[in-house]
Amino acid sequence: MKDIREDIAWAKINKDVLKSLESPRNLYWVIVIGALLVFSVGVGCEIYQYNVGMGVANLDNPHVWGLYIATFIFWIGMSHSGTLLSAILHLMHADWRKPIYRFAEAMTTFSLMTAGLFVMVHLGRLWQFYYSLPYPNDRGLWPNFQSPLLWDAMAIFTYLSSSILFLFVGMIPDLAICRDNIHSGWRKKLYTVLALGWEGTDRQWRNFRVTYLTIACFLIPLAVSVHSIVASDFAMSQQPGWHVTSFPPYFVAGALYSGCAAIITLFIILRYVFKFEEYMTLPILKKTVRLTFAIAMVWTYLNAVEFASVWYSHDIASKDVLIQKATGPYAPYWWGMIFCGSVVPLILAFKRFQTNIPVLLVTSLLLNLGMWLERWMIVAPTYSHGYYPWTWDHDQFPSWVQWGMVFGSFGWFTLLFMVFCKVFPSVSMYEVKEMVYHRSLASKKLEVSGSQESVEGAH
Amino acid sequence: MSKRHLLAVFSNFDEAEAVVKELRNTSIKGFNANDDLVVKSPIEHPEVEEFLGDKPVYVQWFTLFGALMGGLLGFFLISGAQANFYAQIKGGKPIVPFPPNFVLTYEMFILGGVFITILGFLICAGLPARRSPLYTAKVSEDQIALLVKADEESASVLKAIFTKHEALEIQEEAGK
Repeated sequence: MKDIREDIAWAKINKDVLKSLESPRNLYWVIVIGALLVFSVGVGCEIYQYNVGMGVANLDNPHVWGLYIATFIFWIGMSHSGTLLSAILHLMHADWRKPIYRFAEAMTTFSLMTAGLFVMVHLGRLWQFYYSLPYPNDRGLWPNFQSPLLWDAMAIFTYLSSSILFLFVGMIPDLAICRDNIHSGWRKKLYTVLALGWEGTDRQWRNFRVTYLTIACFLIPLAVSVHSIVASDFAMSQQPGWHVTSFPPYFVAGALYSGCAAIITLFIILRYVFKFEEYMTLPILKKTVRLTFAIAMVWTYLNAVEFASVWYSHDIASKDVLIQKATGPYAPYWWGMIFCGSVVPLILAFKRFQTNIPVLLVTSLLLNLGMWLERWMIVAPTYSHGYYPWTWDHDQFPSWVQWGMVFGSFGWFTLLFMVFCKVFPSVSMYEVKEMVYHRSLASKKLEVSGSQESVEGAH
Repeated sequence: MSKRHLLAVFSNFDEAEAVVKELRNTSIKGFNANDDLVVKSPIEHPEVEEFLGDKPVYVQWFTLFGALMGGLLGFFLISGAQANFYAQIKGGKPIVPFPPNFVLTYEMFILGGVFITILGFLICAGLPARRSPLYTAKVSEDQIALLVKADEESASVLKAIFTKHEALEIQEEAGK
């Protein structure tokens, strides 16, 4: 079965994608309104926490990070899918990514924007965010450049700004299509400004190709460094359960895993909502599912490595944290993480489920639930069973304010993402045309060589 | 001699390629195939480069410059701040510790590289630009256009070549 039909007319590609900007299915509006409601729950919780104080979040000593930082890591991880699909698969010439990479890139940008909110929210005093910016205070003291937290701020800023630029540059030819086909209103003005006067000249395409490739080359090490640095927030401390050498690759694998699972979820939703059945095809979904399965197995392996290295290291405190995770108050969540992260993806190994949309929708949501639990299970158990015995009877469960904020972040992300898909083309029109063109050329060559072979055979 | 711009639109790349070959082989007054011919296409087409010939791209030089400047700026900013030991006593620790500084230098290297690459792209691709009067929205859909500049008196020769190769549309404008 082919990834995409080779005989789709280019004009039809434009028409179908442009139609998605105007008339999606009604489910779109249901999702937007739902997201708005969910987001408003988060806003309400933040206003309440801001007015009353951090106590309402049930954050205390030693539980100073709670769900906020766990969810921050989750959203940072989610952002890696865009880089995987746009940059890594671009360099590997995997052209099946073309119809789906745009929304994955958008996902990267909006995940990072969501993650950034949690850094501010967990501070309580939002205005103190400036302490993480590299400039000196009135006594000439600079922030500590040797702290992974400062590295984090810099890495996320670099990743966010580079991702926005990558998304924008990759969209310029499509913005020109929008400009040429939408004839009035604010959209026309917006597309005219953003298209920068693109006309598809040979000079523009030549420079565009090199630029896109160059930024892709930068984004791959950048993505790896971002999540390695997030891992360093933990691994560079002396806390039991966190001081693990394999944390950076483990975090990167987890990030790619949750990102891929989210791509499956959004693939299924966008395919239906924007009527993209012809572009987001089942063979492309199948490839994404197989990729997700492979990454799930890498993550499972790295998890096993982490447990084994803690178990055989004879570090009593770390071993105790591991035992606590499996048998203590967090055990249901920890086993939930193992089940959702390592057992559920086995479904993806079965061919018949690799294109079964309802099964994949549920599976992808469970995978991300597992990945969210993973982040929570990194943060919380170490705090409740650290070096100080006085913390051991101090199990803390997040308050409804924390849960509300986590819930609200999904609304915020969904809202941003759905608005983006309505304003900007979520399928790359020019790249789908390239894909169709190259596929049709390849099949023509195949036909010619086939007929030549049959002629030679006759002789 | 005043110049004239002509834009011819074709339904496929083969026709456009044939026109380019013919333009190269015909002596047209005031027309130089390397400088006076622009191809406008809906996709990044490898054949365009083949029939136009290799043309240099300089974006990567901007990238190199940006990345090096970003890295150096990052390293010296951090080191300069750390070397401010009048404000912050180091207590025997290295004043400028290289291993942790490498992380931020690396991030700044990438940041500088990406930002200046984009700047280089805009400069090299001539963007942002005013839209040329000789343009058709069909180029962003499925057609390929050739924009040719030649002496005014050559316009009829060019039109004849375009018509011979079944141009779908010919637009013209007096050059400056």
